[in-house]
Amino acid sequence: MSLVKFDIWRSNNSEGVFQQYETDITEGMVVLDAVHQIQEESAPDLAVRWNCKAGKCGSCSAEINGRPKLMCMTRMEDMPKHKPISIQPMQAFPIIKDLVTDVSINYQTKKRIKKFKPRKPDAADGTWRMAQSDIDRVQEFRKCIECFLCQDVCHVLREHWLHEKFAGPRHMVYTAALEMHPLDVEDRREDLKHTAGIGYCNITKCCTTVCPEGITITDNAIIPLKERVADKFYDPLKSLFKLFSKKS
Amino acid sequence: MAAYETIQHDVLVIGSGGAGLRAAVEASSKGVKVGMVCRSLLGKAHTVMAEGGVAAALANVDDRDNWKVHFADTMRGGQYLNNWRMVELFTKEAPDRVKELEAWGAVFDRTSDGRILQRNFGGHKYPRLAHVGDRTGLEMIRTLQDHGIHQGIDIYQEHTIVSLLKDGDRIAGAFGYDRASGSFKVFKAKAVVITTGGMGRIYKISSNSWDCTGGGISIAFHAGAELIDMEFVQFHPTGMVWPPSVRGLLITEGVRGEGGVLRNNTGKRFMFDDIPENYRNQTSTDEEEGWRYIQGDKNAKRPPELLTRDHVARCITREIKAGRGSPHGGVFLDIAWIKAKVSNAPDHIKKKLPSMYHQFKELAGVDITKEPMEVGPTTHYMMGGIKVDADSQMTTVPGLFAAGECAAGLHGANRLGGNSLSDLLVFGKRAGEFAAEYAKNNSETNISENQISEIVSWALAPFERGIKNGNAFQLQSQLQEFMQDLVGITRIESDLSKAIDKIAEMKVLIKNVGCDGNRNFNPGWHTALELNHMITVAEAITKAARERKESRGGHFREDFPEKSSEFGNVNISIIKSGAETIEVKQKAKLSIRPDLQQIIQEMG
Repeated sequence: MSLVKFDIWRSNNSEGVFQQYETDITEGMVVLDAVHQIQEESAPDLAVRWNCKAGKCGSCSAEINGRPKLMCMTRMEDMPKHKPISIQPMQAFPIIKDLVTDVSINYQTKKRIKKFKPRKPDAADGTWRMAQSDIDRVQEFRKCIECFLCQDVCHVLREHWLHEKFAGPRHMVYTAALEMHPLDVEDRREDLKHTAGIGYCNITKCCTTVCPEGITITDNAIIPLKERVADKFYDPLKSLFKLFSKKS
Repeated sequence: MAAYETIQHDVLVIGSGGAGLRAAVEASSKGVKVGMVCRSLLGKAHTVMAEGGVAAALANVDDRDNWKVHFADTMRGGQYLNNWRMVELFTKEAPDRVKELEAWGAVFDRTSDGRILQRNFGGHKYPRLAHVGDRTGLEMIRTLQDHGIHQGIDIYQEHTIVSLLKDGDRIAGAFGYDRASGSFKVFKAKAVVITTGGMGRIYKISSNSWDCTGGGISIAFHAGAELIDMEFVQFHPTGMVWPPSVRGLLITEGVRGEGGVLRNNTGKRFMFDDIPENYRNQTSTDEEEGWRYIQGDKNAKRPPELLTRDHVARCITREIKAGRGSPHGGVFLDIAWIKAKVSNAPDHIKKKLPSMYHQFKELAGVDITKEPMEVGPTTHYMMGGIKVDADSQMTTVPGLFAAGECAAGLHGANRLGGNSLSDLLVFGKRAGEFAAEYAKNNSETNISENQISEIVSWALAPFERGIKNGNAFQLQSQLQEFMQDLVGITRIESDLSKAIDKIAEMKVLIKNVGCDGNRNFNPGWHTALELNHMITVAEAITKAARERKESRGGHFREDFPEKSSEFGNVNISIIKSGAETIEVKQKAKLSIRPDLQQIIQEMG
């Protein structure tokens, strides 16, 4: 057991301060345990969003010592103790209170993406056949727990607040899961270029670094989507072909 | 009176896990106006934590499977206290509900011929669980969510319902608050569906999410709905035991389905020591044969690690109590041993059980491809809950429906793994369908101002009381401690009576506990209100447990260790009989239809 100091962001909106708390840390505790203990001991109105405490729901996203992380999967043993541990809400979203942010923009963005549209069933009983090797990549994307840490770290959203113009890494992964789904017949390339603003991504790969599910967001989702968009809109051979076919 | 906003729907769904989403999707497809209240953000409900798979007799892996085998397995697992009509509907409809998810975009693991793969699980005769590695719940909730957002459902995220509203005997809506602002809302509705899940959070060691406080069961009870089978709490045999902060976190039964074995500290596979009578002809007594079963040998019997959860949990408790446990008070679950049988075992384990690998690596510093896990029982599931009509899912309150974990009847005295995920699909759909029909056939409701003002003053009272009498989190911890100690996996009359006294004391404390701060996203306030629901559910469990003087399924009484034929014929029923009183009654179970009885006999 040891007493550890925490600087936790307290606010009712964007105006706020870091307030210092101290609590006893025992073996195996994660940062979320410490926050709960502080709530029970001295700050019952401290707002924190959490559900499963098992790294599966993606609710407890925050910035711990400046790094976007899930509080439930960050072990206290791995934190430096020589100075207070700072915990603040995600910076890419408006703050509701303390550590809780308004992430509703993500739900609006997702709703704009065209939904899954399967091809006709393969078998008479209405079912499909897919090889495991053809769905491995899609299953990687579908591991996403929607913690929005990738959105938080993306400079297009974090620094420039371009949520309306750029859908962000989470929704690129979502779109990739649909586009690469073996059964899906929808075409989302036009939307990717325009409404989702895929061109805003300049492949700094910050999103991949923070993903708690280890999804290779940039290499496996965004770059292949960029290629698909380029194929549709910027293929020089196709453009030439189009040009000549119009004339004839 | 504090201000409130009134919102009107035909059907209001309270709860947004698998059952709630499936109900809302179905109701909205019938052309009625649907609202869905989520206590958390959409897609974060406890369904997200389900791991092993969804049970349905698709017969993709073993063509001998069909609804009748699934029926017999489910009834046997539930020790025949199940509502047989629910089990019939469930086993017949589950395959279609799973296939439907695929049409909505779910990507289940595949067989070599490209169909949905199914895995072994406890109590299921054949490989029956469609799955996605060990994150099946996430796949299901995300599929339903991504489909549901395009169905025109009004979704209220981070809203908490604190009470149902009535118009005479009929349901009329619900009262709640928006967590962010604390502002009050009256949701008027012609029909209400409760899909709020379980209550694991009233115990100290639990696999459940924050949401699982039994709130939906409590509001239904206070609105006059009958509860049954509340004594049947499932303690999952394998929760993490170390480090302390993750104690209770679930380890999927899929580990055993993939060949994991349980050992005590002498290295013995103790599950071979006690195979119950009714499973003897299905269970192997030979380690080699058990492994052949895991490998898909159709002539082999299944290993005893895949007996039902109630039994496995009790065997683990026995080993721990006898001093044969692991260093941190559990037993060993070993999947690493399969390297003796499978080439590339570490990769195989990581592919089949990715989140288990991740969870142990990150939280306990244990590599499960190299070392055994330490495991012990954890509060996992409520078999009992709100009594419903099998076909329509309507409760005993007209216009009030319930589905999923908060409803009772399907699982009897013990639930088979994987049956909860198909439960929420089958009965979520049915509840949505019949709620929509009820809404179409019934007129608007009226909600009296008195009813609302009473709830408003109750909801605001914690602010007036302040935190001079301690805070709500401390009381919550006390409740979890005594429920764990006195109403846990092994029960005895003296402990249950002690728990009933403690519940009475705690009810007084809850009336005095308050909060500080304001109504904006204030967990202290939320918990002060929530405690009222937690104590209601705790009381129902404890009183039902005291009433059932036998051991059956998830309910084990040290003072009555055997099954009794008398109690084998009754369900324990609980209703609210006065402002502060509850009535506990034994009710004869429904006699089973002869053709279904015949199935049970044929399947041996």
